[in-house]
Amino acid sequence: MTFFQLSLTLIFVLIPIVLSKTFRLGLEKDVLIATIRSIIQLLAVGYVLQFVFDSESYFYIFLMILLIITTAVHNARKKGVMIKGITWKLILTYCFIEVLTQGVLISLKIIPATAQYMIPISGMIIGNAMVLSILFLNRFTAEIENRTGEVELFLSLGSTPKQAIHRQLMTSIRASTIPTIESQKTIGLVQLPGMMSGQIIAGADPVQAVMFQLLILFMLLSSAVITSTILGFLSYPTMFNERMQFVAQTSSKE
Amino acid sequence: MQAAISFQNVHYHTDSVAIIKDITGAISSGNITTVVGPSGSGKSTLFHLCNGMKSASSGDIFIQGEDILTLTPTVLRRKVGIVLQKSIMIEGNVFDNLSLPLSLHGKRLSKEKAIEMLHLIGLNETFLHRKATDLSGGQQQRVSIARTLLNEPAILLLDEVTSALDQSSQREIEQLITSINQKKETTIIWITHNLEQALRIGDDTWVMIDGKLAAYGKSAEVASSTNDKVKQFFEGGEKK
Ligand SMILES: Nc1ncnc2c1ncn2[C@@H]1O[C@H](COP(=O)(O)OP(=O)(O)OP(=O)(O)O)[C@@H](O)[C@H]1O
Ligand SMILES: [Mg+2]
Repeated sequence: MTFFQLSLTLIFVLIPIVLSKTFRLGLEKDVLIATIRSIIQLLAVGYVLQFVFDSESYFYIFLMILLIITTAVHNARKKGVMIKGITWKLILTYCFIEVLTQGVLISLKIIPATAQYMIPISGMIIGNAMVLSILFLNRFTAEIENRTGEVELFLSLGSTPKQAIHRQLMTSIRASTIPTIESQKTIGLVQLPGMMSGQIIAGADPVQAVMFQLLILFMLLSSAVITSTILGFLSYPTMFNERMQFVAQTSSKE
Repeated sequence: MQAAISFQNVHYHTDSVAIIKDITGAISSGNITTVVGPSGSGKSTLFHLCNGMKSASSGDIFIQGEDILTLTPTVLRRKVGIVLQKSIMIEGNVFDNLSLPLSLHGKRLSKEKAIEMLHLIGLNETFLHRKATDLSGGQQQRVSIARTLLNEPAILLLDEVTSALDQSSQREIEQLITSINQKKETTIIWITHNLEQALRIGDDTWVMIDGKLAAYGKSAEVASSTNDKVKQFFEGGEKK
């Protein structure tokens, strides 16, 4: 695709703007911002990736992955302000996921240890982990707020903190992973996954593309469950003090 | 005789407000002590301090002579059982709710025991499989009492447990509590808004006003207290 052709595709941006103007939807500004941001961000990423691929240096691969993790942590931490040390908990979770998945893929020689594979896969895995942690934190915060009474009832009867919050924790872990699992059940029937579509359009063998997509799906599935579980078990202890008192409400003010 | 609970200059405050102010006093073992006072005077907070749901900001609390801070919270909370002001039912049926205290430390509740408890609190066995959250307020209060009793506490804290009950059911619960107090020698501390009830069933009565212990002693003596605030409270009923 040439830049000229790419600029013609802006017609797809014009349509929503015209519609928004006609029906006073008030979307013009957001559409424009979204368009400009996606152009700049993706082009920048494209050039940076080209540079990293050409350099063939692990240092740059490392830097890229660091950048991906930092951005993901920055986005997700806003949802977990009521949890003390949420930043470190997210960093730990994402690093664990990253090391685990890359470790399995590379050591089993499923992918070569090159930038071309490692960076996009990191992006997908961490991106997925970020969405999952946001889903988890939203749900967990809501569960805690709505079910404080239940937690206190458990504690009052002599439960440990873990017993007191078990139900809220499990509900949140389950709820956050459901979208990932559900979407995988209908995948291929309703929509072709983006990466697979991209590969097929770029000329790859469809069966090869499918196999790669399956690999990604399985990885996303396991990283989804792992993310919520690790984050959950790292988070709940901060809601209690050493006298097993529920302190979540007071720490939410920070 | 050793006090069931004793307080020494106990204060409790949140970040901005003082809630319990300098309470010193002792709850006699084996007695029924009633606690009265205007809404917001800190009665429930005092209970939370007694079973370790909150810790005093300063001062000392002793449970049967032992510093509360030396007791493991889970053990303390079974020894000092509390029926919370808000009866909260967990999901599931009445049996699940009654099983909770036992299942928390790996034990099982037999059906016979559950039915026995239901009879004790004046419900029949058909309630065992009723959905707990669908029960009426008064029925939930009864189940809450039975649930706490299953921990067999040595000291039982009751926070307005008959507020949703009619006169005759209130009497039933009063009889139940009195008989537990006599048969098992359980120390009872009972918060109530019903002054008549407080003076009738309490051996001792504590009057809390604005976070302070305004009067305490034998119920009859407290009722005729000459303290202005206490007199005003007894005469004015619920006004603050
Ligand atoms: N977590 C909290 N944070 C701030 N203030 C609180 C908190 N819990 C209770 N309070 C305040 O402490 C005071 C005492 O509350 P408490 O529930 O002990 O009163 P009470 O005597 O039991 O009242 P009632 O008869 O209405 O149940 C109230 O003014 C209440 O608003
Ligand atoms: Mg209260």
